[in-house]
Amino acid sequence: MAEAARIHPLAGRRLALPGLSLEPCPPAERLSLRAGEDALAAIDEALGLALPRRPMASATAGGLAALWLGPDEWLIVADEGAGLAGRLAALTGIAFSAVDLSHRNTAISIDGDKAVLALAAGCPRDLSPAAFPVGACSRTVLGKAEIVLAREAPARFRVECWRSFADYVWNYLVDAAKSA
Amino acid sequence: MTVAAPHAGANRIAGKGRLSPARTVSFTFDRRPYTALAGDTLASALLANGVNLVGRSFKYHRPRGVLSAGADEPNALVGVARDAARFQPNVRATAQEVFDGLIATSQNRWPSLAFDIGAGNDFVGRFFPAGFYYKTFMWPAAAWKRLYEPVIRAAAGLGMAPKEPDPDRYANRFAHCDLLVVGAGPAGLAAALGAARAGRRVILADENAVPGGSLLATNEALIDGVPGFDWAAAVVAELSSKDNVTVLPRTTAFGYYAQNMVALAERLTDHLARPAPDAPRERLWQVRAGKVVLATGAIERQIVFADNDRPGIMLASAARLYLNHYGVTPGRKIGVYAACDSAWAAAFDLKAAGVEIAAIVDCRAEVPTDLVARANDLAIGVLAGHAVTGTSGRLRVRSMRVAPLAGGGSREFEIDCLLMSGGWTPSVHLFSQSRGGLAYDAANGRFLPGTAAQDCICVGACNGTLTLEDALAEGAAAAGVTPPDAEETASMAGHLLGAASGAGPRDFVKAFVDFQNDVTAKDIRQAVREGMRSIEHVKRYTTNGMATDQGKTANMHGLAIAAETLGKDIPEVGLTTFRPPYTPVTFGAIVNHARGELFDVTRRTPIHGWAEQNGAVFEDVGNWKRTWYFPRPGEDMAAAVNRECRTTRQVAGIFDASTLGKIEVVGPDAVGFMNLLYTNAWDRLDVGRCRYGIMLREDGYIYDDGVVGRLAEDRFHVTTTTGGAPRVLHHMEDYLQTEFPHLKVWLTSVSEQWAVVAVQGPRARDIVAPLIEDVDLAAMPHMSIRQGRCCGVPARIMRVSFTGELGFEINVPADFGRAVWEAVWERGEPLGMVPYGTEAMHVMRAEKGFIIVGQDTDGTVTPDDAGLGWAVGRSKPDFVGIRGLRRPDLAAGGRRQLVGLRTRDPRTVLEEGAQIVADPHQPVPMKMIGFVTSSYWSDNCGHSIALALIDDGRARLGQTLYVPMASETIAVEVTATVFLDPEGKRLDG
Amino acid sequence: MLLIHCPYCEEARPELEFRHAGEAHIARPAGIAEISDEAFEAYFFIRDNTKGIVFERWRHIHGCGRFFNAARHSVSDRFVVTYRAGEPKPELSGEQVAAAAPGGKATPANAAAGVNGKAAR
Repeated sequence: MAEAARIHPLAGRRLALPGLSLEPCPPAERLSLRAGEDALAAIDEALGLALPRRPMASATAGGLAALWLGPDEWLIVADEGAGLAGRLAALTGIAFSAVDLSHRNTAISIDGDKAVLALAAGCPRDLSPAAFPVGACSRTVLGKAEIVLAREAPARFRVECWRSFADYVWNYLVDAAKSA
Repeated sequence: MTVAAPHAGANRIAGKGRLSPARTVSFTFDRRPYTALAGDTLASALLANGVNLVGRSFKYHRPRGVLSAGADEPNALVGVARDAARFQPNVRATAQEVFDGLIATSQNRWPSLAFDIGAGNDFVGRFFPAGFYYKTFMWPAAAWKRLYEPVIRAAAGLGMAPKEPDPDRYANRFAHCDLLVVGAGPAGLAAALGAARAGRRVILADENAVPGGSLLATNEALIDGVPGFDWAAAVVAELSSKDNVTVLPRTTAFGYYAQNMVALAERLTDHLARPAPDAPRERLWQVRAGKVVLATGAIERQIVFADNDRPGIMLASAARLYLNHYGVTPGRKIGVYAACDSAWAAAFDLKAAGVEIAAIVDCRAEVPTDLVARANDLAIGVLAGHAVTGTSGRLRVRSMRVAPLAGGGSREFEIDCLLMSGGWTPSVHLFSQSRGGLAYDAANGRFLPGTAAQDCICVGACNGTLTLEDALAEGAAAAGVTPPDAEETASMAGHLLGAASGAGPRDFVKAFVDFQNDVTAKDIRQAVREGMRSIEHVKRYTTNGMATDQGKTANMHGLAIAAETLGKDIPEVGLTTFRPPYTPVTFGAIVNHARGELFDVTRRTPIHGWAEQNGAVFEDVGNWKRTWYFPRPGEDMAAAVNRECRTTRQVAGIFDASTLGKIEVVGPDAVGFMNLLYTNAWDRLDVGRCRYGIMLREDGYIYDDGVVGRLAEDRFHVTTTTGGAPRVLHHMEDYLQTEFPHLKVWLTSVSEQWAVVAVQGPRARDIVAPLIEDVDLAAMPHMSIRQGRCCGVPARIMRVSFTGELGFEINVPADFGRAVWEAVWERGEPLGMVPYGTEAMHVMRAEKGFIIVGQDTDGTVTPDDAGLGWAVGRSKPDFVGIRGLRRPDLAAGGRRQLVGLRTRDPRTVLEEGAQIVADPHQPVPMKMIGFVTSSYWSDNCGHSIALALIDDGRARLGQTLYVPMASETIAVEVTATVFLDPEGKRLDG
Repeated sequence: MLLIHCPYCEEARPELEFRHAGEAHIARPAGIAEISDEAFEAYFFIRDNTKGIVFERWRHIHGCGRFFNAARHSVSDRFVVTYRAGEPKPELSGEQVAAAAPGGKATPANAAAGVNGKAAR
């Protein structure tokens, strides 16, 4: 049977202003990984990446990014076809939870010198390089929406949100970008 | 005296001021065109053009002129417009910069500013005393609605709000810094510069367009050997060039909140003739500062003497600023009434510029000898130990009457302008808002910052500092650097608090304390006599210091007069509370981005677009847009819903259930956790089966419900109500983290991972089956769940029914939702399947007696009350709510129970929420025994159906009860809750 | 807007990321099904609502998602300490309580300049 067509929640959107661009990130495999201390070594090995153990930290290796969201919670993001669930399926005898969120979340890339200013229109966090350096990530808020914010480069951030919030988050960032 | 070219205004003095005569702009005031210089405020431009009458007072409609030169202005409140929608009332002319094309109008007058009917209030002023409204409009009560209120409302309020929607954009910024400096006067600049050079993150905010604060008003001050104004400009240039500094002109710090959070309102375009179309008009800054330096300065007070409010009577410091910065003199023959040294400086500067000074009247018997010597040098007459006891002039002051304080005859001076200074009130508003304690300085008659409650420091005039040298020293010390050298002769010493000579308790005169609210010294005294002992009561009774003034000019005098009348010291009477905002803030700035589509989040399912294209009507459920019904051409809502219900039961219907809350419960202790959170017993639920679960609060009442499927020994797919999804997850996390942390189980919201295509009806299996791989639908019993593929993508297929029909809910990854829906639609449409919405869903579930939590329950309904006692595991040792259910009231008989109702006339549809009585003939108030929770017309049943919560309801089956309505009393029969297919045969298709 | 130190994120975060969750240190009784009406009343309905130091629960709902406890002064809104769920109720020192009280001098503000009205004649 022909596979059903996939429709990205932000399909076709793009914004380019001087000093700032907004772009939907391509579809990705995502996993919510929940596990206690005792399971981490085995999971590290299965993923081929050391899960970050410190608040706000992230780690990347082999096309995978692991974002610390809570003391027993990570968001794993990988390119389509990475087969995340399969890598963890073989693990037995340890307690953990892996739940596919590839379609629950979507992401926006915001890039440019004014990116911090646009985000600061709705995010109450200190986004200075000292407080939120490259590699930092955190769940937080943008206006009335919850987001996961990750700094990928000095002037580039990834904004993850639930798919039905994507329209609001996109429009908020556009409004903020025009005001920044 | 030389006068500049007329186009700059007749009162512009050539060679004075810092504005360029070459750059002119045009504006209108009350439709008359005027010319100003770029950099003028509306007030300086009007004064330059000889316009002294700018408004009418609020209560008495007295003619008023410009009093001040800043945010403290109580009189010159005008409407400012660019176009019809961009009109703002109550703008301070002293703070509004003139731009080319500005349209200004005076307020509170009719038909014109010079001839105002409302001015009659002034002559009957003795009938408008403090508390007038409270006393007068009391009886008869009936007159309130028809007479008093409309008249008062028409007369009340200052200015007119525009009726059009605000076309401007507004923005917000959260900001973080090491040091926030409020005020770009000498003290603030010294602090900002020191911190900026040390590499700290600094934000400097100043409410004015041009930095410098008090330095704008003087040409004498020298800092590090250069004129103070130039020093300020150079400091700001250096600050602006630094990456670690943000300089915000035209930005008012209006609120100081917990933990050094300060709110700023930045005005971005109000001064521009042609703002960029997309540019935000204002930006709200929410600043979190490591440390705050308050350099907010001080506000000069008027003197409270008889008729101190005529146009042309002005604060001395304002006149000095108009002269030295704007090159404008407010008069040609000026009297000065001083209780403070700084007023003398204004007289000296004006005299040196060629303006005639009639006399300097100082109420202090002894004034500094250097001031007197300088006055003598300039040939200005000095009357120390004298008071101004009255003025004349209708639309402009014409003369002042001066009398010696020691007694004796008075003299009349002809003037066209009178400058006054009762001393300086430190601007402690923000410090007080920060919860810092104020200390009274009796020697100088003022409240000063005392104990700080947050990490903030007050420097300069707001700290009571009287000289430039000390202000710079404090500012520099706040940043830990050495101050620049300073030289200035003017000091802010000297003060007079309360009513001046000639405005005492026995003088029947109007001596204004609060210009904006028309509160006189007499009103304050009367309030005290009538029993107001607390200054908070005096304030509310008289309205002293209320509205946009917020205690800037009126507070200290009002307090002093109240204290004197009470025979108490000022600190004993206390000070009214300072509250945000310091100056009015637009709603636009506060709302900022949250307008229109950004007012709130609008959540749409992946299938929304299809529904829209197919004519769906939507309803709001929480933040979701849900498909309500699908009208065909010519159909109303009832016809569409009837058709959707009929066809679904006859053939099939397709329904977007994507908004259902979904939580994945995973871990070795998943079943143990489910046992604790739901009333049901989950141990014996086999993998691949579903069960209807009920969740209680600890008090035993229904909190949520939903179907739960077991995907594996250690994995459950839990569904919740659409609206309940976030709070149910929060509730589950709460118990898991804080009461049952030993359980190895994790919860993940997957509400939006899965789009849900529900197909219900006798043909459901025929329609869906060809699209499914890896699952044998025919082998799926009712209440089961399988993982397979649908249209080639992974799917969780549940055989469940909220309609009582054979039904499947196909969960597919959300991005595939639209395509899968369309594939199912292509299969089903030729067979006669219809799309249906939430209304048909509600009707069909009510036909089957299925409850909706929050509609048929209200937070006081137990499972047994709802007829769901079977879902409570009797042998379970524990679950959330187990003890609540055993409370005596919950276990007792006769509780309100859910039953069905059928109206005697089958066509009558009851109103949801209608009350129910047993005996319609009993006297009112009748005893209500319950109410209708759900009510619909059921086309499938051929009669109306309703659910109701009724006292001891299940014992009343077959009884006739009554629903009294305004027009009729409706007889109803109590029935079981299931109206259709009680045996459940339709579940098998 | 308060700043709240999350003991799991080990950082002070804006209040917008948090949700208040009622009084702390009210443990669900063991064997709750069998407790007396009085014991259930005390557990479920009765709260202290102290004016002064309160022990309360917060959830970093838009952050790490964890519930934790805090000691805060209900008049000044100042936090004394935050700590992880399950940790015992901390003993607060007199200095800690005094520092959180309204009017308590949180910082040595103003001490540096301290020249109020120095130049008054």
